[in-house]
Amino acid sequence: MKKKKYATVPSKRSGQEVPEGIVMKCPKCKKIMYVKELKKHLYVCQSCGYHYPLGAFDRAAMIFDEDTFEEFDKDMISENPLQFPNYMNKLDKDRKKTGLNEAVLTGKGKIEGFSAAVAIMDKGFRMGSMGSVVGEKITRVIEYADRQHIPVIIFSASGGARMQEGMLSLMQMAKTSAALKVFGEHGGLYISVMTHPTTGGVSASFASLGDYNFAEPGALIGFAGRRIIEQTIGEELPKDFQTAEFLLEHGQLDQVIPRSKLKHVLANVLSIHAEGSAAGGSGTGI
Amino acid sequence: MGPELEFEKPIREIKDKIAELKRFMDEKDIDLSGEVGKLEERLVALEKETYGKLSPWERVQIAREFTRPTTLDYIPLLFKDFLECHGDRLFGDDAAVVAGIAKFHGRPVTIIGEQRGRDTKENIRRNFGMPHPEGYRKALRMMKQANKFHRPIITFIDTKGAFPGKAAEERGQSEAIARNLYEMSGLGVPVISVVIGEGASGGALAIGVGNQILMLENSWYSVISPEGAAALLWKDAGQAEKAAETMKITGLDLKKLGIIDKLIPEVLGGAHHDPKKQSELIDTALSAALTELDKMNSAELQQQRRLKYRKIGDFDTIENQTQD
Repeated sequence: MKKKKYATVPSKRSGQEVPEGIVMKCPKCKKIMYVKELKKHLYVCQSCGYHYPLGAFDRAAMIFDEDTFEEFDKDMISENPLQFPNYMNKLDKDRKKTGLNEAVLTGKGKIEGFSAAVAIMDKGFRMGSMGSVVGEKITRVIEYADRQHIPVIIFSASGGARMQEGMLSLMQMAKTSAALKVFGEHGGLYISVMTHPTTGGVSASFASLGDYNFAEPGALIGFAGRRIIEQTIGEELPKDFQTAEFLLEHGQLDQVIPRSKLKHVLANVLSIHAEGSAAGGSGTGI
Repeated sequence: MGPELEFEKPIREIKDKIAELKRFMDEKDIDLSGEVGKLEERLVALEKETYGKLSPWERVQIAREFTRPTTLDYIPLLFKDFLECHGDRLFGDDAAVVAGIAKFHGRPVTIIGEQRGRDTKENIRRNFGMPHPEGYRKALRMMKQANKFHRPIITFIDTKGAFPGKAAEERGQSEAIARNLYEMSGLGVPVISVVIGEGASGGALAIGVGNQILMLENSWYSVISPEGAAALLWKDAGQAEKAAETMKITGLDLKKLGIIDKLIPEVLGGAHHDPKKQSELIDTALSAALTELDKMNSAELQQQRRLKYRKIGDFDTIENQTQD
């Protein structure tokens, strides 16, 4: 298996979400803020707590100790298995836009000194959708964590399976879940962090399978789209429907964690699992 | 024969004409057997032509044919001593999923299948074959039981999708599907999945992580329904016919893509023309699949299933592409 390694987190930011320019208006409370200030606060609105979606590189920089992140499988790119019209052009465009070759960044690094493998999805790339490359990179990083006996953390941000790769995309749900099952049987620790949005085939596979399921405040998380549900049941849904807070209330999450505390909470979980076992848990399977 | 589909009209017309001529012969005592014979020849040729080269969209229509046999239609034709088992032990019983134990050629098996209604009343009760989380959790409960008692599992996929509803989301539709993928991948017994009608997305896959995936010739299996794909990709659900082609959702296409293992032929015109004959064709395929899987022990079955999914994907590296 080929791995491209980079000693530092690239400074190039991905994601069109993160504001460019000097000032930025919060999409939720409309308050105007300096971008510099916003960045200092990890792209969280200091007025209303709105969490801006983060690009994958920004997320890596935020989570890992300085200069500890190494990227895996950087050069893996999609083919066009169904010969889907225009698909390759769309991928090209998103590559330029995000600086990523696909919708997920994988690698390893240290969080407050604890080693972890990681997959970080980026909704700026084809809405974070999962096709063959996303499924393969995530599977490989789980397998890497399994071999190295280190925990794996997956930050989900995805609209679901990628349409343009048809059934190959759907099968990535089974592939990633099966990899987690093997990892779990070996006592591996998997932390799932759902960020905005985590829906469809990603929500219905690895994102929901954490030993710990966390989410960022306000993140949209669910299986079916809101509009489809409203059409199906013929009624309007409550405003907070399918938010992280809604899921917490319905027993689907362990905690909703504000971005400012996320790194520390992850380090805490890693530290608890490191006690008595350097492998992040080496007991029996789930 | 059930209600006719648009592309079957010419067939119906010839059939009507034959019937008319025969009636005329009886009533007027005139010999028209020459004409009838010719028409019957034409009918055979036309049926062969029509059903021999069905387009993906025509297959989708056959898969949705209301009289098409469902899980509960096949069970008595394929199995003996079926005992249905209800409930997920957590919330309730989902009638959109049927599960139970039975004997297949004398051998104990566990059966799980998605189930739509065969009339409006039953369709409402069974939520049009669109399961809630409790349906998938019932399926998982029965799969674990099968694993415990070393019984092969046979699943029948036939769904328009996991139900997109408020209650389904509240009770963790995503988690229920994800959990099944996770647990199914680790089962130590043979798992054979047969797509008998519609196979839409995660709702189908949630009972479909098999050692072998079989598909009826006129069924479809896709990451999203043709209408959904058209709406998402081209903002026009009316382009479903085009989506059925582009998305590669028929058994033939998926066999070529290496996603499914075997295509089960259908009786002329589709399974609904002769459910009994169709069940014999399914029986043959199931028996062959079981014979193959019987050669593996529990660990090998697990391994074979894992590798099967591990290998699915199509990707490259930038270097390779620039070399091409």
